[in-house]
Amino acid sequence: MLARSEIVAVVEQVAAEQSKALAPLTDQLGLLETGLDSLCFAIIVARLEDRLGFDPFNAAEDTDFPVTVGDFIRLYEQASSGDVAA
Amino acid sequence: MSQREPTSLWQKLSEAGPLCERWLYSAEANVNLGALSRGSSLGAPLDELRGASVLIAARDQLPAALALIELDGIARRIVLCPPDLADEHLPSVIATGEVDAVVGDRCAAKAGRFIPCSAEIVPAHRVRRASERTEWVLLTSGTTGAPKLTAHTLCSLSTAMAGRDPLGAGAVWSTFYDMRRYGGLQIFLRAMLGGGSMVLSSATESVGEFLARAGAQGVTHISGTPSHWRRALMSTSLYKMAPRYVRLSGEIADQAILDHLRTAFPDADIAHAFASTEAGVAFAVGDGLAGFPAEYVGRPGAVDLRVVDGSLRIKSGGNALGYLGGIAFPHDEDGFVDTGDMVELRDGRYDFVGRRGGIINIGGQKVHPEEVEAAINRHPSVRMSLVKARRNPITGAVVVADVVVKSPATGHDADALKGEILEFCRATLARHKVPATIQFVAALEVGAAGKLARHA
Repeated sequence: MLARSEIVAVVEQVAAEQSKALAPLTDQLGLLETGLDSLCFAIIVARLEDRLGFDPFNAAEDTDFPVTVGDFIRLYEQASSGDVAA
Repeated sequence: MSQREPTSLWQKLSEAGPLCERWLYSAEANVNLGALSRGSSLGAPLDELRGASVLIAARDQLPAALALIELDGIARRIVLCPPDLADEHLPSVIATGEVDAVVGDRCAAKAGRFIPCSAEIVPAHRVRRASERTEWVLLTSGTTGAPKLTAHTLCSLSTAMAGRDPLGAGAVWSTFYDMRRYGGLQIFLRAMLGGGSMVLSSATESVGEFLARAGAQGVTHISGTPSHWRRALMSTSLYKMAPRYVRLSGEIADQAILDHLRTAFPDADIAHAFASTEAGVAFAVGDGLAGFPAEYVGRPGAVDLRVVDGSLRIKSGGNALGYLGGIAFPHDEDGFVDTGDMVELRDGRYDFVGRRGGIINIGGQKVHPEEVEAAINRHPSVRMSLVKARRNPITGAVVVADVVVKSPATGHDADALKGEILEFCRATLARHKVPATIQFVAALEVGAAGKLARHA
């Protein structure tokens, strides 16, 4: 399963590559307030998909689109633990 | 003028240089062209095929090449069947080509007659009088569905050979292409009409074996797609040949492949040609730079070029006559063939950026995979790459890349190299064009026509 620290590491790496100033990541922080734009998130999702083997946005049809950093991390944590359980 | 007697490939190649000094070399056999003046490779007298529509369906190139030499000027139409044509398409090819007889080394098709052909020249008396202006039909492989039958003549196939490219007696031509495809046929005709010999490739040989054989026959002029050449550059046998002329066609020649070939063959003329089965050969660029000079567009001459809505259009005597079977041919009201190849004007030069149908849309911004590949390929550790779209919930799609590196890296080194290649891309490409992720792969699939396989 993907650990929170791995997810955060990917977010930080993409922010650095894209020269974006990343706000301190707290669970309550809105994704739009992180300092990252949609292309950054698209890249993050693609990188995490490489680690996980699938894209949780695509895997579950009833997924609510994450709004906060906490939502985003939980989506991946749950998806990857479900993957292990399955 | 048009009332002149038809001429034939046999007649023209005989006039081009002494037959006894010229050869067709294949992996299976070598045939001296002089043998054809005393014998035949076909199992029936030529007169039995006079005026007929003939499908040449041989497994190997050599029997097909010999049959082509013998039948031009005799048959009304010759349909050249590429070796990878699926059997299921054969009936529609035979019907559309109104084929009366199949000349081949295997009787796979039901048509009026089957005449065996082989790489062996059997002594026979053959009347090689030309009576037909033979139509040559090439098959273009659609990714799906039945192939299109594209009609040419010996004249339309050889317009580009009027002194603009190095020909010359004694030349030994070769190509990675199968000679039954447009790119391979161009080289075959250059060899035959220019008074030279030709080394045919073989589906049964490795790249290394082919290069060694071409080298052993003293190849002087050799052509392939950039994908063919990237493979060849991975072979230690590349240096078993020392060609004077190296040609690329069939795919975009990016700066990296031109530079690699320049390093490999410092004394050779290196040219990248633009051609398609439908549009014919438009030009060859010999200045070592990717793309082509802007002044090629609109200049007077035998080949007219236009850029309309970003795509290159060509009008010349090299254009195909059309498709058989009533399929609409892609030319405009002025007779220009739309190639579907997209170009962009930058600093007085047109760069090829990709195919019209291949665009990836990333959150509304467009990318041609080929321009990203060109950027990746310039990294010194990269041999070749394939860029494709991956579905993405945020932007609809992102760009991802499969990359073949020159020496495989693992673990931490691999991650570092990926980072370096991405950094390299960010230096030259708009940010949405930079791959989101890179995978290192051992090899990339190259299709039967020598082009990188792009799956939707």
